[in-house]
Amino acid sequence: MSNLTILPVLIPLIAGIIATLFHKKLTLVRIFSQVSTIISTIVASYVFYYVIQNGTLVLESGDWMAPYGIVLVGDLLSVTLVLTTNIVALAAVFYAPYSLSDEQESFYFYTFYFLLISGVSGAFITGDLFNLFVFFEVLLMASYALIILGGGKVQLRESIKYVLINLFSSMLFVTTIAFLYSVVGTVNMAQIGQRVSEVNQSGILTTIAFLLFFVFGTKAALFPLYYWLPRPYIAPNPVISALFGALLTKVGIYSIFRVFTIIFVHETAITHQFFIWIAAFTLIFGVIGALSTNNIKLIVAYNIIPAVGFMIAGIGIYNETALSGAVYYLVNDMIIKAALFLLVGAIAYLAGTSDLRKMKGLIHHYPMLGWLLFISAFVLAGVPPFSGFIGKLLILQGAIEANEIIITIIGLLVSLLILFSVMRIFIQGFWGEKDAAIVPNKPLARKLMLPVAFLISFSVFLGIGAEWFYPITEEIGNNLMNPELYIKSVLKE
Amino acid sequence: MVKSNDLILRTMTVLIAFILFGFAVYLLLAGHNAPGGGFIGGLMTAAAILLMYMAYGTTTANKILPINYRILITVGLIIAVGTGVGSFIFGQPFMSQTFDYYHFPLFGELELATALIFDLGVYLTVIGVTMTIVLTISNDRE
Repeated sequence: MSNLTILPVLIPLIAGIIATLFHKKLTLVRIFSQVSTIISTIVASYVFYYVIQNGTLVLESGDWMAPYGIVLVGDLLSVTLVLTTNIVALAAVFYAPYSLSDEQESFYFYTFYFLLISGVSGAFITGDLFNLFVFFEVLLMASYALIILGGGKVQLRESIKYVLINLFSSMLFVTTIAFLYSVVGTVNMAQIGQRVSEVNQSGILTTIAFLLFFVFGTKAALFPLYYWLPRPYIAPNPVISALFGALLTKVGIYSIFRVFTIIFVHETAITHQFFIWIAAFTLIFGVIGALSTNNIKLIVAYNIIPAVGFMIAGIGIYNETALSGAVYYLVNDMIIKAALFLLVGAIAYLAGTSDLRKMKGLIHHYPMLGWLLFISAFVLAGVPPFSGFIGKLLILQGAIEANEIIITIIGLLVSLLILFSVMRIFIQGFWGEKDAAIVPNKPLARKLMLPVAFLISFSVFLGIGAEWFYPITEEIGNNLMNPELYIKSVLKE
Repeated sequence: MVKSNDLILRTMTVLIAFILFGFAVYLLLAGHNAPGGGFIGGLMTAAAILLMYMAYGTTTANKILPINYRILITVGLIIAVGTGVGSFIFGQPFMSQTFDYYHFPLFGELELATALIFDLGVYLTVIGVTMTIVLTISNDRE
C-alpha cells in the first residue's frame, strides 16, 4: 500500500500533537514518547525493507496524479535517511530524561522533538520542491523552539543569530522557487528535471541552480556560509545539540543531492566543479575551527563542517563510486555526530566544565566513557574497521577515478587533523592524574552512556557489516547517476 | 481611584462581536466556493474574542469564555490530521477527500465535503495560536 510512504512523517506528527495533552505529567509523556519513537522506528525499518524488496514507493496524496498533486517519494536514498533519523531519535529520546531539567521537559520538549523528527522525515520523503520548503520550515520552527528551551542568556543571544540566518535563507528559498516556477512552470521535482533536460539547462537555469545551492549551502553550513553554525549549536542542551548536529545540516546536504542529481545535471563542468572547490575550503576551514578551540562542545560542533565538506566533495566528483561513498558517509555521520554530541554533553556534565584545560584523568572515574570517546574518534576519522572508513575510501576512490588529485590529498590530510582534534579531548581530558574534584556519579553516568553506546555499536556494525550495506549504497549511487529512473517512477510514463 | 466609564465601548462590543462571529462562521463555510476558508475565519473569530478581552478585561472575558487556547490548538491539529488519516480506512491515499449532497430542512440541497472538516481543524488551530500569542504577551507582568 502506497500510504506506507507517509507513515514515518505522520507517526511523529500525531505523537507530537498528542504529547501536548499531558505535557506536565512527566512520567506519562516520557513513556509515551519512548513508545512512539520505537513504533516509528519499527515502521521506518519496515518501509526500508519494503523499498529494498519492491522498489520505489510513490504516494500521490489526495489521489491526484503526479505532476498536479503533491507526491511523496520513498526511494532508497530517502528511506535509508528516514531510518537513520529514527535511530538518532531513538537514542535522543532515551537520553533526554537524564539530560534535561524537569522544567525544560514539561515545556513541550517532546512535542517539538516529534515535530522536528516529522519535519526531517518529511523533507527526506517529499517529491515536490515547495513541499520541501514547507517541511524545512516545520523542522526549523521546531528547532527555534528547541534552541530557546530553558531561556538561558547564551541561548537567547545565539538563537537570534540562528533565527535570522535561517529566515534569510528561507526567504531566498521561496524567491528561488518562484524563479524556477516562472521558468519551468512546475514545482514537482521529477517534472522540473524532465523540463530542464528538454531545454538543456540554459543560462538562467544554471543561475537558479547556484541560487538553490546558496540556499542549501546556508542550511548545510558550507564554506563561506558556515559562520552561523558552531555557537548556536552548542548553546542548548546536549540532547538538542545532538538532534541538530545529526539532522539539520544533513537535510541541506540531502537537498543538494536531490536537486543536483535530478534537476541540474547538464552543466556539470560549471556547477559540480564549483562544488569541489567549495568542498576543499569547507574541509580546511572546518578543521581549522575544530583545532582552534579548547571547548569540547565547540570541537564537536566544528567537526560537522569538514564532514559536510566530504559529502559535497562526493556530489562534486559526480560518479557512481563517489556518490555511493557520500551516501555511506552521510548515514555514518548522522549517527556518529549524534553520538559525539551526547558523549561530549555527558563529559561536560560529569567533569563540571566544557573547558579542555580544566579537566584531566577522567578515565579513572569513567573508563567506559573514555573508551566510547576513543572509538567514536576513530569512527569519525575513518580508521579501517569502522564505518567512517568505507565512506571516505569510496569518495577518495571516486576522486582519483575522476582525476581530482588535489581534493584527494586535502581529504586525507583533513582526516588526520579531524582525528587529532577529537583525540585532544581524549588525551587531555582522560589521561593524567586522578582529579580529586570530580565526584564519581556512576548511576547517572551509566544512564547517559547507554544511548551513546547504542549509537556507537550501530556505527561499528555499519562498518563491520559493510558487505551488507555497501550493495544498498551502491544502488543508491546508481539511482542518483540515472535521474530518469526517479523521473519515470514518479511520472509513470 | 475613579472607575472609568466605558459604557459606549462595552455596548458596542456586544453588538460588533456578534456580527464578527457571524461573519467569521460565514467565511469558514463559504471557503469552498468564494473567498474565505479556515484561516481567515479563524483570524476573524480571534479578532472578535480579542475585542471582548479589550472591552471587558481579562478576568471577565476569561469567565465568559473559559477556554484553554493551547488545548484548542491540539484539538484543531487532531481534526486536521484526522481527516487526512481518515482516508486510510477507506484504502485511499493520504488526504483524499470526498463529498456528497444532503437535503437540509431549511436550506435545501447542499454539498458537504470532508474538506470542510479539515478547514474546521485549521479554523480551531488559528484561533488557538492567535489567542495564545496575544494572551501570553498581555499577561506578562513580571
